[in-house]
Amino acid sequence: MASSMLSLGSTSLLPREINKDKLKLGTSNSKPFLKAKSFSRVTMTVAVKPSRFEGITMAPPDPILGVSEAFKADNNEMKLNLGVGAYRTEELQPYVLNVVKKAENLMLERGDNKEYLPIEGLAAFNKATAELLFGAGHPVIKEQRVATIQGLSGTGSLRLAAALIERYFPGAKVVISSPTWGNHKNIFNDAKVPWSEYRYYDPKTIGLDFEGMIADIKEAPEGSFILLHGCAHNPTGIDPTPEQWVKIADVIQEKNHIPFFDVAYQGFASGSLDEDAASVRLFAERGMEFFVAQSYSKNLGLYAERIGAINVVCSSADAATRVKSQLKRIARPMYSNPPVHGARIVANVVGDATMFSEWKAEMEMMAGRIKTVRQELYDSLVSKDKSGKDWSFILKQIGMFSFTGLNKAQQSDNMTDKWHVYMTKDGRISLAGLSLAKCEYLADAIIDSYHNVS
Amino acid sequence: MDSVFSNVARAPEDPILGVTVAYNNDPSPVKINLGVGAYRTEEGKPLVLDVVRKAEQLLVNDPSRVKEYIPIVGIADFNKLSAKLILGADSPAIKENRVATIQCLSGTGSLRVGAEFLKKHYHQSVIYIPKPTWGNHPKVFNLAGLSVEYFRYYDPATRGLDFKGLLEDLGAAPSGAIVLLHACAHNPTGVDPTSEQWEQIRQLMRSKSLLPFFDSAYQGFASGSLDTDAQSVRTFVADGGECLIAQSYAKNMGLYGERVGALSIVCKSADVASKVESQVKLVVRPMYSSPPIHGASIVATILKSSDMYNNWTIELKEMADRIKSMRQQLFEAIQARGTPGDWSHIIKQIGMFTFTGLNKEQVEFMTQEFHIYMTSDGRISMAGLSSKTVPHLADAMHAAVTRLG
Repeated sequence: MASSMLSLGSTSLLPREINKDKLKLGTSNSKPFLKAKSFSRVTMTVAVKPSRFEGITMAPPDPILGVSEAFKADNNEMKLNLGVGAYRTEELQPYVLNVVKKAENLMLERGDNKEYLPIEGLAAFNKATAELLFGAGHPVIKEQRVATIQGLSGTGSLRLAAALIERYFPGAKVVISSPTWGNHKNIFNDAKVPWSEYRYYDPKTIGLDFEGMIADIKEAPEGSFILLHGCAHNPTGIDPTPEQWVKIADVIQEKNHIPFFDVAYQGFASGSLDEDAASVRLFAERGMEFFVAQSYSKNLGLYAERIGAINVVCSSADAATRVKSQLKRIARPMYSNPPVHGARIVANVVGDATMFSEWKAEMEMMAGRIKTVRQELYDSLVSKDKSGKDWSFILKQIGMFSFTGLNKAQQSDNMTDKWHVYMTKDGRISLAGLSLAKCEYLADAIIDSYHNVS
Repeated sequence: MDSVFSNVARAPEDPILGVTVAYNNDPSPVKINLGVGAYRTEEGKPLVLDVVRKAEQLLVNDPSRVKEYIPIVGIADFNKLSAKLILGADSPAIKENRVATIQCLSGTGSLRVGAEFLKKHYHQSVIYIPKPTWGNHPKVFNLAGLSVEYFRYYDPATRGLDFKGLLEDLGAAPSGAIVLLHACAHNPTGVDPTSEQWEQIRQLMRSKSLLPFFDSAYQGFASGSLDTDAQSVRTFVADGGECLIAQSYAKNMGLYGERVGALSIVCKSADVASKVESQVKLVVRPMYSSPPIHGASIVATILKSSDMYNNWTIELKEMADRIKSMRQQLFEAIQARGTPGDWSHIIKQIGMFTFTGLNKEQVEFMTQEFHIYMTSDGRISMAGLSSKTVPHLADAMHAAVTRLG
């Protein structure tokens, strides 16, 4: 291709005439699109101008998703990926639920079309998801007080809610647990919602700093949004007890705060959908207005389909209608309407009694495997560690993740560099990525990193 | 109990999507939906392309397929193939690794992610958009934090391009401003620049360092040829300059609800492109973490297989041809009724939409009296017409023009 210098600031250019037959654009079958035959093709290479994006620096890899990328690059045969929270079988393979395959085949057979969903998503999905969360027939549903819109899994649903908060609760803060899922802060930052933290994890006990939590929630300015993990706290695996949940609800009501639940593991934590929704339902009983973001990534294994929902429980059906309309106004300029595939899978599974039962069984199986692995890891740690350290926190924690207490950078680096165990720097391991066969190896790695690295 | 939401007002229905809502609520047997741009068959039914069904079958029946999170930037194959599709397989920009392509949620998602990226990293935060443009454009850019200015585009007197106005307005734009360009089949007017006009636009923009942001929602759907419909984009890229491109597979692959698209950022160097990609990831992660797998897998499956690709081009051309035939039939029907005025724009405009030139009152009249559903700016989706319904629409237009002209 010929190149000529572009004289900056001038509108008269110095074209070089080129035989149009030599110039190729796109495929070799394409014809130059000029209509007049005698018009020579003019082209220039803007050779001197720097990139408009010259000053852009390389962003660091995502702290969670970047772990899997590093794992892939490691050739050591003992390597173990305990980074991202995606369920693995005992053979450490990804798992597509049978009930999901069934639903997809049904959908294919039926020949469903691919028309745009409404901005708020698939109606059958929205109905199903609210009923799963609150229980079908719950007053909030009967009274039509829940604004539900389909969102892009947990992240997308949280983002919609954050945008609503920014718009309608200007200056209001979201108070998040210390620690919390790494992406929560990014979501509120990008949505321009200010946030602060409430104490949560106590490194001394490797348990909940309940007094600190209550004190910090009390201290937050009235009408703050309190971000709560519905069950299976990420990254710690430490959940409040039912009694503690009551006290949390008390203090939130006292200060007129607005609860904001992130429910990413319903059914996946205990194995029971209802049990894992207890915290949310407790708040619903109180007649409070609150937000709940849901995800089907883990409990239905639909990670890549990006399926979830944002639910806003309001004091009246009228308020719910208005809130829903404003959530739509936020979604439209973000992606117009949500993807249909994952929503249909959920609606089909939940809408068919047989498939719903099968789902519950598969979910119990997944949660069961994780509990078994926890036990095995604990047993290995206790039998190998002669220091008398109390490892029981492994059994007390719940859900996919365990906070090991290995939160010094050197410790998690030791896990990775010496033992080829991949985890996040806050000391979180994903038990979903652990097999019974690897528990002893992992116990060795944890004991070594805990005692020999400072 | 006092609601914390008492200051939340009820938002009006989206003007475009709201048309379908109103249509669905109308019990009339003669109603026609010419609102949202979704292709309909001659029988008025939505269409899933054969090649899409085949691809889906392959995917669903493949026992090795999993639903693990895909990367933040999407499926690698999909991204490479999408860049090739819009830029051409032998594009130097691709060969030189200067293109950062990120799978996004159809056209809207690609525009929003691109706009958020520009807001964070580009020195200019004003974007010039044509007047008129797709109703959602200003909202997308405003929410991304860009300020929106308009450049003249549609000339109601000629029902064609106001080229002089366009050149003047872009000529007066500040150096470095972002400019939104519809790659082909301008929505809502159906009025596209000629290739000579595109060349002039390119020269003007490069001379003022205006940054092109292409919205390519109809590649292959407008003329029936994927290459022809990509020419505007390719001429800009051929000059070595930078630009952004939002691609959608909603219409040309009929994947509307799957939300498949791609944002390509053509940069000066491979080094810049890789840094740009890393920064776009930081926009995506707090928005939805990673894009949905299903639709993009269908696209990749089709684009990878030369058989499926060829079959796709055939089905695509059939859709484009049916629309062209609707244009011709509507034009002839209007002529036959002796409706006053020049209606040749119906066959001169290109793509899914026709900007009829009808005003708000006439549109309301057509909805109330004839059950014709369309947007109030006078835009009709030709994809929603069939040989059977053309006469009813022509009657409605004739009545609107003669009674409310």
